[in-house]
Amino acid sequence: MAAEELKTGPLEYRTQEGQMGIMGFWIFLGAEVVLFSTLFATYAVLFGRTADAPLPSELFEPGIVLVMTFLLLTSSFTCGLAIHEMRRGSVKGLTIWMAITLALGLGFLGFEIFEFVHYAHEGATIQSSAFWSSFFILAGTHGLHVTLGIGWAILLLIQIKQRGLTNVTSRKFFIISLYWHFLDVIWIFIFTSVYLIGMVI
Amino acid sequence: MAHSNKRVPMNHVIGFILSLAMTLVAAWAAIGSDLPVRWVIIGIMILALLQAGVQLFMFMHVTEAESGNGHVPWNMMFHGFALAGIIVAGSLFTMSFGFDHNHGGDGGEQQHEQQHEQQDHSGH
Repeated sequence: MAAEELKTGPLEYRTQEGQMGIMGFWIFLGAEVVLFSTLFATYAVLFGRTADAPLPSELFEPGIVLVMTFLLLTSSFTCGLAIHEMRRGSVKGLTIWMAITLALGLGFLGFEIFEFVHYAHEGATIQSSAFWSSFFILAGTHGLHVTLGIGWAILLLIQIKQRGLTNVTSRKFFIISLYWHFLDVIWIFIFTSVYLIGMVI
Repeated sequence: MAHSNKRVPMNHVIGFILSLAMTLVAAWAAIGSDLPVRWVIIGIMILALLQAGVQLFMFMHVTEAESGNGHVPWNMMFHGFALAGIIVAGSLFTMSFGFDHNHGGDGGEQQHEQQHEQQDHSGH
């Protein structure tokens, strides 16, 4: 099965193993969409239940959230460029763009941690009300995914340094690019339905 | 892959510019505009869906021939998002529809008044 290898097309799709791996990851992403939908539903139901804690409209600031959004959007773009370079056969291009992606992802995480600490100082912690619990769980789960993605990509960068571009390593990088774009999709919905709507109402 | 030899992938650049523009429009609608809240929410949710579409189709290679013309990715994402819509809308429908969440304001006082009235009645 795996011995049947195509001679054309992107490396990651040339073996059946590669094709099945990518298909399996799409199934995982479908499940992730449903996982996040439960957190979004919890947040939507608990919206407004702030008890004695500050209101979201008092704490959400457009500036920092827009910076975080642009960091993640740009990292998604550079991640796409990394895969483009990979398909041109350039390990160097792949490594450089992936490193930029990770730096932007770390910047996003830094801002998110700063934001959470700031909210905690203002009296909004995960324990202060049902609303803030659901907020920190939703945004925190996304932040955890970004953290895992950064760790994962660092391991892959070490691996590609050791093994070079093969069917297997290119499949692994293609899959993490899907994961990274997916994190951006989730963030767009957090940005819109949590921060923007929280500032409007 | 015919376009993989190009130095700059144009569909990525276009996707990036589109998503930046949609983010800015959504932020302006929410923060800078005087539109009614209902229309702002509907508008920015549509923008979010469009932006998710940009990510999927321009960045995530959903429709390329190597992935079976996007048969599996499209199925997974369609069903994932359909379930997500059912879960979020269904939760709101069962938990929040026709029910006022503002316990701190008028709702709480009304409940108090009702309780007072009931106590008055039982007193008589």
